[in-house]
Formats: sequence, C-alpha cells, structure tokens
Amino acid sequence: MKSNQNLPRGPIKKIKGKCIFLRGDDIDTDRIIPARFLKCIDFDTLGESVFADDRINSNALHPFDLKDYQDASILIVNSNFGCGSSREHAPQALMRWGIRAIIGESFADIFYSNCIAIGIPCFTLEKEVIRDLQEKAQQKDLILNIDIQKSTAEIHNVCISLNLKESSKISFLNGEWDATSTLLENIDLIEKKCKELPYMKFSKI
Amino acid sequence: MSQHTLFDKVWDLHKVKDLPGGSSQIFIGLHLIHEVTSPQAFGNLRDKNLQVRFPSRTVATVDHIVPTDNQSRPFKDILAEQMIDTLEKNCRSNKIKFFNIGSGNQGIVHVVAPELGLTQPGMTVACGDSHTSTHGAFGSIAFGIGTSQVRDVLASQTLIMNKLKVRKIFCSNKLSQGVYAKDLVLHIINKLGVKAGVGFAYEFSGPAISALSMEERMTICNMSIEGGARCGYINPDEKTFNYLKNKECAPSGDQWTEAVNWWKSLASNKKAVYDDVIEIDASKIEPTITWGITPGQSIGVNEKIPELEAIEKDDQYIAGEAYEYMGFNPGQEIKGIPVDVCFIGSCTNGRISDLRIAAEILRNRKVAPHIKAFVVPGSEMVAKEAINEGLDKIFIDSGFQWREPGCSMCLAMNPDKLIGNQISASSSNRNFKGRQGSPSGRTLLMSPAMVAAAAITGKVTDAREFIKP
Ligand code: SF4
Repeated sequence: MKSNQNLPRGPIKKIKGKCIFLRGDDIDTDRIIPARFLKCIDFDTLGESVFADDRINSNALHPFDLKDYQDASILIVNSNFGCGSSREHAPQALMRWGIRAIIGESFADIFYSNCIAIGIPCFTLEKEVIRDLQEKAQQKDLILNIDIQKSTAEIHNVCISLNLKESSKISFLNGEWDATSTLLENIDLIEKKCKELPYMKFSKI
Repeated sequence: MSQHTLFDKVWDLHKVKDLPGGSSQIFIGLHLIHEVTSPQAFGNLRDKNLQVRFPSRTVATVDHIVPTDNQSRPFKDILAEQMIDTLEKNCRSNKIKFFNIGSGNQGIVHVVAPELGLTQPGMTVACGDSHTSTHGAFGSIAFGIGTSQVRDVLASQTLIMNKLKVRKIFCSNKLSQGVYAKDLVLHIINKLGVKAGVGFAYEFSGPAISALSMEERMTICNMSIEGGARCGYINPDEKTFNYLKNKECAPSGDQWTEAVNWWKSLASNKKAVYDDVIEIDASKIEPTITWGITPGQSIGVNEKIPELEAIEKDDQYIAGEAYEYMGFNPGQEIKGIPVDVCFIGSCTNGRISDLRIAAEILRNRKVAPHIKAFVVPGSEMVAKEAINEGLDKIFIDSGFQWREPGCSMCLAMNPDKLIGNQISASSSNRNFKGRQGSPSGRTLLMSPAMVAAAAITGKVTDAREFIKP
C-alpha cells in the first residue's frame, strides 16, 4: 500500500505535493477515523479506513475516493479540524493514506500536537485564502511547494506565506519532532524535578 | 499573559526546561493509561529500546472496549481480547499498577482515578484520552495526549507543550432545581462555541461552581474539551479536601494537614491576571439538550431548533450539515422528539450521584415499551455503591438493563451500538456523526435526569415534570 511508504523521518524541510481538500468546520476525529477501527495494536492498516463513514455516506463522491486525488499529499481544511477525541489514529490514518502536510484555518489542540509528534506539519491561513485554495484544488491539479524554513507555499510562481508555530518549525527543521530523545537529554533535570515536587513525598501509588 | 492563576502556578512548578521556539518541557505527575491508546506507545518504546522511566507514576485500567453484558474471558470479540491482553502484558513487564476487571477498582479511567484519590490538586495529569480534562475538577492541570506523547511520558515522564492562555468563566448565581452541571456545561459550550477554547485552559469559578459537588465539577471540567479547551480546572476548596479525605491514595496522618495547606496555596490569587474573562448567569439556564452534530448545537428543552438565519454566519455550514444528518427541521420543537435508545453512563455522567438522580425519577415508573434503555456504571466502585443503595433494582424494575462498568455506548467500541438512524438520548459527551456506532445513528446529549425522563415517555421531555419540588 502506498500509504506505509516513505513515512516522515528525520529533518523535514520541504514538502511538494498535490492538494486534496475537505470542506466544513469542526471535522472531528470520530469522522476522520471511526471508533471501530481503533481496535488494533498498531497503526499500519489505518490508511484505508480514513473517513470511512463519511465515505460510505457520500456514495464514492468523497474527495478521498475520487481518482484525481489518489496521489495527493497536502490536505486543505477549514476551522477546528481534528476536534474531539485525542486518538492519534486520526493523523496516523491520514498519514498512512498519504497525507504529509495539512493547511487549515485552525486545528484542535490535541490533534495539532499529535500531527507534530508524527512529522505532519499543520499550517494555518486566513479563511479567504483557504477558500481560494480549496476552489483551485477542486478545479484542477493544484501542486504546492512548501518550504518550512521560509514558511511559504509556492503555486506556479505565486508565493503565499503560511503560519507555523515557531517551536514546531524548529523541531521539523532539526528533525526533533519525534521528541523522545530530546526529552531524555534532560534526564538529570527530570529526576531533580521529580524529587522537588511537593506531592511526591505523600504519594501512595 | 495570565499571571498568578492556578494554571500559572502548576505550570511553573512542573516546568523542567524552556525549549527553543517558546515551548517547554513539562513533568507529568500522574499518567493514566488504558487499552486503546497505549499498545502502540509501548510498541514504539520497545522499538526505540527504551524503558518506562518512572513506572510508579503510571496507573492503568480498561474501559473503552470492555463488553458490559458478559465480561468473562476470553471476550467474544477477539480484537478486544487481544487489546486487553496486550495491556495486561505491558503492565506486568513494566511493573505498572493495573486495575483489571474484577479488581474492585476497574472502570472508566476518569472515574477511577478520582475515586481512588490518585487525582490531587496541583498535579499535572496526562492520559491518552481527551476527557482527561475531567481531573481539573480537583485543581490539577489535566489534559489529553496522543499515543506518541504517551510513549514520551512513559520514556521520560515529560512532554513538550506550549503554554496555554487562561480564560476565566465566571458562573454567577445558582442553577435552578432540575437543572444540573451537564446543562450548565452544555450551555457554556453553546454560548462560547466549540472552538473558542483552542489554545486556552478554562478556569470555572463563581458561586454556581462553588455550589457544585465534586462529581458535578467533574462533569463540568470533563466537557472543557468539547468547548475546544484542552484543559479545564476549578480552584480547590473545602469540598475538594473533604472528597479526598480518607481516599485510598490520598495523603493521610500528618501529611494530610501538610497537603491541605499546600493545596490551599494553589488557588488562583485574588489579583490573578487572565487572558480573558466571561460571565454566565447560571440561574437563567434550562435543562439543555443538543439537536445537532456538535456539542455546541444545543438549546433549552422548551426552545425550538434554531432557524439558519438565527445562527452565526460562521456556524451556518455545520448547522446545515446537522439539519440534514439529524433529519430535524429548523423551527421544530425539540420537546416531543421520539427516541429509540436511552443511555446513562460515561465519564461525564456515570458516577453515583448521576445514578441516584436518574433512579429517583425512575422509582415506581416504567420505561416506554419500544425503548431500549441501559445504565452502565462508571466503575466497579460506582456499581458496588449503587447496588448497596438498591439503585440497580430501581433501574431493573423500571425496565432499564443494568450493566457492568465501562465506556460502552459513549463511543461504541463494544457491542453496544445504535442501529441504522436510531436516536439516542445519552448522558455522554459527544454527538458527532456516527459516534454511537452506526454511521447514521443520532445522539441527543442531555443530563441523566433528562435521559430517565425520555426513557419513561419515549420522547424528549422536560425532566422537571418528574421532579418533586
Ligand atoms: S466514557 Fe466516553 S468520553 Fe469518557 S473515556 Fe470513555 S469513551 Fe471517552
């Protein structure tokens, strides 16, 4: 399956790809991946189930079913995308379907952290610009060239600036978005913090 | 930027280090895990050749997939059995405390940790579940995380986070009779919207909040996430301390006084600075119920489903989706809409006080003939207490099914699911499309009292009709 190939690794500096779009605010993680697909002990097969129920309900007219978008890797969404459940299965399913970056008006907090933690940058843009991009992506192939350092996206020589949290940007550029080893570098400080916390001495776990 | 709030104090206390770009490394005092979002985290830890660093700071239980009718092992559902088996093995090999089925302490993770006294003021609490915000009721900073972050907490007991802003939601006056914490929080989400909380922690305060019991406060903080806020909290007070006293994992002896003194110092200062403050008049709130597909699409039980023009422009698109999915018409009365299934349970409203309220309404009454009604206690402890009080009998006599503890139809990962486009009156927290297990199933969120009333009449009903003044 295409989805499990070339998953993000190491520093992420540029992303080039075709756009796919989804219209609508408040698209929740239950819609991105319904709960019945959470019965799994790894994420490998989630790609095929992304938006499963929405796709059933839209009779194969869902963008994720349309032939034109099967090789798309940049998703364009509206506001509060990924609200609801904390399930990382949602960005995992998108990633394993083939998504490598998301551009939207806004993202739910937990969904955003989950995306960063698996190497999927989420950029924000104003409502009108998003609408325009969705329009373009619907009419014909829209290829974006994203530069993370500059926080820009280029479409046929037109350049738009994207917003990306500074901390996320740094972690993509230096490849530390997979945070475990960065966190463990401070193990001495962590041990010290644990000893200092007032409630540790009366803990009964 | 906020200053001197409980959030600021707890954040500063747990900060291990500032990181480049404005984020921080934060220590997690209590880490809770369950069967659905942890297996990949343990797998990943093994792939990286890492150990669980502070196994005594993690506590596990099973809730999401457990069947609530027959819990004998192995479960009929092989995948569910595999998931619980994986959690058992991971806990055993990593020396993590695990409250399994039959231990007396199994249940929904957000019900179990408070009733054991694990959740305490001033802690940071993280769990691979968005309703971790529940624990904020104790004055802890508690939030949901994804599986990669579960792995990070297992490996280092820390997380990378950007500090949240703090919005104070001041609830003046008091809730009127027959109006509950669930109505208050649904009302707040409706007024502020489902995305207003993005980037914020919510501090709930004011007389209407102080008047609430600890269980009601958990209902409020639980649904912070439905308003977009990753965490919500309430400053600790005497009620908090009384609730915690003598709980299994709460401090005892000399340490109790020391702990209480420290807890008292954590509350937001009188002169605290907030990023935003809003006020809600609790006395004006009616029993509240959702009509759409987001928890913000709600109205008072005596109101009509809003016309498109009455809805803010930005919310009209999703309102249109909601009319279509729910099959309701703008202008239609919500009262009287027939329901098929009645569900009492979940981490929002599956605690003993919720069961008491519903049972009081159901005493000597019968569930309407065509209704499937069932109650799923939030934990084994809740179930035990309910049985002691004879509540199980009241439910059964009325026609409710009495089940074993778990998440059940809140998210329908077990066999409890809606069928086709059935309508469910549910005390849970999410009315998303397909949430209760059928791609076309419909959910009306409401308080346990309202679910009980709907079960009796078979349609949306004002629960106050059944409550003695
Ligand atoms: S009861 Fe529902 S919302 Fe709460 S933890 Fe379980 S599935 Fe999640």
